[in-house]
Amino acid sequence: MQKAPVQFVAKNMRLDLRLIAEMIPPGVRVLDIGCGDGALMAHLAAEKQVDARGIEIDMQAATEAVSHGLAVIHGDADNDLAFYPDGAFDYVVLSRTLQAVERPREVLRQMLRIGRHAIVSFPNFGHWQMRVKLLLDGRMPDTETWSRPWYETPNIHPCTIRDFFALAEMENYVIERWLAVDERGLKGPWRRSVRLANIFGQQALFQLRRK
Amino acid sequence: MNQVAPFPVVEHQRAVLPEGLMLDCGTVIRPLAVAYRTYGTLNAAKTNAILVTHALTGDQYVAERQPLTGKEGWWDAIIGPGKPVDTGRFFVICTNVLGGCMGSTGPSEEMTDENGIPQGRPWGTDFPSITIRDMVRAQKQLTDHLGIARLLAVIGGSMGGMQVLEWAATYPEAVYAAAPIATATHHSAQNIAFHEVGRAAIHSDPDWKSGRYWEDGRIPAQGLSVARMVAHITYLSEAALTRKFGRKLQGTSALTFLEDVFQVQSYLRHQGSTFVRRFDANSYLTITRAMDYFDLANEHGSVAAAFRNTPTRFFVASFSSDWLFPTSESRALVRALNTAAARVSFVEITTDKGHDAFLLDEPEFHRALGGFLAGAARALDV
Repeated sequence: MQKAPVQFVAKNMRLDLRLIAEMIPPGVRVLDIGCGDGALMAHLAAEKQVDARGIEIDMQAATEAVSHGLAVIHGDADNDLAFYPDGAFDYVVLSRTLQAVERPREVLRQMLRIGRHAIVSFPNFGHWQMRVKLLLDGRMPDTETWSRPWYETPNIHPCTIRDFFALAEMENYVIERWLAVDERGLKGPWRRSVRLANIFGQQALFQLRRK
Repeated sequence: MNQVAPFPVVEHQRAVLPEGLMLDCGTVIRPLAVAYRTYGTLNAAKTNAILVTHALTGDQYVAERQPLTGKEGWWDAIIGPGKPVDTGRFFVICTNVLGGCMGSTGPSEEMTDENGIPQGRPWGTDFPSITIRDMVRAQKQLTDHLGIARLLAVIGGSMGGMQVLEWAATYPEAVYAAAPIATATHHSAQNIAFHEVGRAAIHSDPDWKSGRYWEDGRIPAQGLSVARMVAHITYLSEAALTRKFGRKLQGTSALTFLEDVFQVQSYLRHQGSTFVRRFDANSYLTITRAMDYFDLANEHGSVAAAFRNTPTRFFVASFSSDWLFPTSESRALVRALNTAAARVSFVEITTDKGHDAFLLDEPEFHRALGGFLAGAARALDV
C-alpha cells in the first residue's frame, strides 16, 4: 500500500492536535470527532499508518476533508456516535468540542463504548483570568479562549479541570494521562497539582479508559 | 398529442452473452445483451476500471453525444480528461441497464424463448419483472466478460445509486470503492406513489394497447409524456422552479384565460414531448417497478447486515433541496454503514437544484467525489 502524501504539514497543525498526535501509537484505529478539515487524521494516516475516520459538524470543513480522500462524515457527537459498534476504535478523539455538545456525559460514555481509549481536550473555565474577570467585572468573561459573548457562544457546557476529574470519578473512568497547556499548546509546569493546573492551564488534555 | 413516429434504429455497441441470466423472479433470459460504452484505457493489471450506473431514464452515453437526442452525455460535467472521473487515468464503463431501451435486453428488444430462440416480436409486456439486483448481475457479466476482477469504483446517482449499493452488497470483493449519490436503501412510499401516477398515465393512453403498441408501430406518446412531466417535477425543487420560471408568462404580457400562459407549463410539456422520442414506454414501466421493489434491508435483514465487515469504502453524497431522495435517507445509510464498521465519507451539498443537482454543475460535489476517487486510486497504487 502506498503511503498517503502529507496533505497538511504537522507544523501547521494546531499545537493541541500535535500533542494528541503524540499520544496515539502507530497502526491503530482512530475516530476523530470534530475533525475539522482532517489535519490530525491526515497526519496520523501519513506518519503513523493509522486507520483514521472523522466526524465534522461544519459542512465546509467536512467537504474539504472528503476532498482530500479522508473518511469523514458530516455529523455530530451528540447524534452519530450511537451508531458505531462497541469497540470499533482503539482511540476516540474529541478535541475542543466537549464544551459545545448537548450531552457531554453521554458523549463520553459513547466514546468509551466504541473506543478503548478516549482523548478529550477542552478549554478550562477555571483559568485565573476567568475567575478574576467574573469577580471584578461581574460580567461573563471574555478572553482569548472564551471569545464569544454569552448569547452566541457555542460553548454551552463549560467546565473546569477539577470538574472533569470529578466527572471521571463519578463515571468510573481511569485517567491514563492528563496535562494542562496554555493557549499556544505549550505544556504547563503544574503537573503535580490539579489545583494549580486548574488556575493556570488554559486548555486541558485527558486520556481515559473504562475501569 | 399528435402521433409520434417510433424512434430511429441506432446500432449500439454491446456484448451478447450466450449463457444468459437467471432473474430474481426465476425466469432465465438467454442470451443476455448488455449495451455499453467505455472511455479511457484499461491498464495492463486491469485495476483502473470505474463502472458508472445510470438513473431511471439515463443510458450508457454518459460522456459523449447521445445518438438519438444529439445532446451531451448526461454526466459530461464530471467524466472526461482532467475531470473528477479522469478518463486520462481511469477506464470508465457505462452500461444500459437490463430492461432499458438503448440496446440492452429489454421490452423493446426481440423476445427469445428459454433456449435463446428468437420469437420474431419484441418482448413488450411479456418482459419479466426485474430487480435492481438483476441489473447489477447483468453488469457483472459484462465486467467478467471484459476480464475485470475488481472495479476500482462503482458510482451512480438516484437509481444508479441503488445499483451502486447493490453492487457493494452482492459483490463486495469486486468493488473497492462505492459512491452512491442522491439515493436511498429503499424506494419510499411517496416515490412509489409518484411512479404509480406515471404508470397510470401510460396505461390510460389508448395507444398503449395493453403494452402491444409495437404491433402497429404506434407509441403511447401522450401517456409517456405525462409520466415524464410528473416525474420531472420530482427531480426539481420549488426554489429551482421559482428561480427559473416564477409566475412568468409565455408570449403574453397579461394573464389571460387561455391555455399555456405560464412558462413553467411549456417547459414541462417540452420535457414530456422530447422524452417520448427517446424512451420506450414498456421500459419505463419495467424499470420504475424495479426501483419500487428495491429494499436492501428486506433483502439482507438490515442495511447494516448487507455491509457487515465490507472491504468496500463508501462516499455518500446528498443534496439539501432533494426531496425525492432527501438527506435523511443518505444519513440513515451512513449510520448503517457505520454500524457495519465500513469506511465511509458523507457530505450534504447545499443547493436549491433539487434531485437533479447530482447531474448539474455543483463544484463542491465534484471536488469531493474527485478527492474520494483519487484517494481510492492512491490506496490501490493505480
